[in-house]
Amino acid sequence: MQNILNYKLQIIAIVFTIAFMYFIFRLIVKGKLREEYSFVWIICAALLLLFSIWRNGLDVIASLLGIYYAPSLIFIGALFAIIIFLVHLSVVNSKQHKQIKELTQEMALLKEKLEVKEDQK
Amino acid sequence: MSKVKVAIIIPCFNEQDSVLNLYNEIKSIQYSSDFLVEPIFINDCSTDATKTILFQNNIHHINLPVNLGIGGAVQTGFKYAFKNNFDIAVQMDGDGQHPPSELEKILLPIVNNNADVVIGSRYISKEGFQSSWLRRVGINYFKWLNKQLVGVIVNDSTSGYRAINRKALEIVSTYYPDEYPEPETIILYALSNLNIQEVPVVMRERQGGVSSIRAYKTVYYMFKVTLGTIFLYIRLKFNAKHSKL
Repeated sequence: MQNILNYKLQIIAIVFTIAFMYFIFRLIVKGKLREEYSFVWIICAALLLLFSIWRNGLDVIASLLGIYYAPSLIFIGALFAIIIFLVHLSVVNSKQHKQIKELTQEMALLKEKLEVKEDQK
Repeated sequence: MSKVKVAIIIPCFNEQDSVLNLYNEIKSIQYSSDFLVEPIFINDCSTDATKTILFQNNIHHINLPVNLGIGGAVQTGFKYAFKNNFDIAVQMDGDGQHPPSELEKILLPIVNNNADVVIGSRYISKEGFQSSWLRRVGINYFKWLNKQLVGVIVNDSTSGYRAINRKALEIVSTYYPDEYPEPETIILYALSNLNIQEVPVVMRERQGGVSSIRAYKTVYYMFKVTLGTIFLYIRLKFNAKHSKL
């Protein structure tokens, strides 16, 4: 009974991971997610899939790293990934901020030029 | 001698009470030297009647389609001045704190080739409006910080009443801080080997509107400017060769 339950969980995990991957691919195909941002999500989904199939993987890696309680590896890994991704988003945000500022200025200057030209006519 | 073209850049955000007065005041001044003074108002997406007033009175202005804040607005003016071959650009607040009658004082050191950047300071001769004690504490701190970093002493580093020549214009049209740009740009000018001079200027109390620096924002202001200053210093000092700013 215990065995079947465990398999059930594994199947659910695999199905969810594949659904997640499909969702990401759909977003890319539709053009709603740029490839450079999808990268991290594809890696995430691949890792999830890997560990849903390779059930002992987590324990193996945890013991290799000397972590006694294997699930804490998940938390550490996930936290680390989230922090890196947030920093990445801040960088993207700053870049866009700069670009918007420059576009706004350029547009304002062009509009002013146009108005001066129209006044002269 | 050909006339010296001077652009007066006036960023305004919701300054409906003061723009017209300010414009008339600038227009009514008699200059001793050959200055060709052109005031340009930068309307930073005001939500009041500023835009209408500027338009109806046929005042030369640039409308920003998106609110950029003081730094972005002033930089728009710098870019305009640089592209249109102005010799000097003056930065003046839209709220009437900076009296146009003092304009010549900050223009002359540049015309006489004594300075690249002139800062109108209210603390040299201690005349006129002197602002709150909290602001003075901040100003003393920035004075100390700038002295430590670049060895330049500026008494009124938050003063936005400044004149710059084309050498400085070229620099600020490529990089200008977004928020609270005044103390930070002193570092920028000093490390670009520009000659900074401070002249005493009498300032007034603001005529309308609200200052961009409120009491509760002071801590944020100090923190932001310190960070900005230090990072700008590091960037210019150690990455000078391959940085585009």
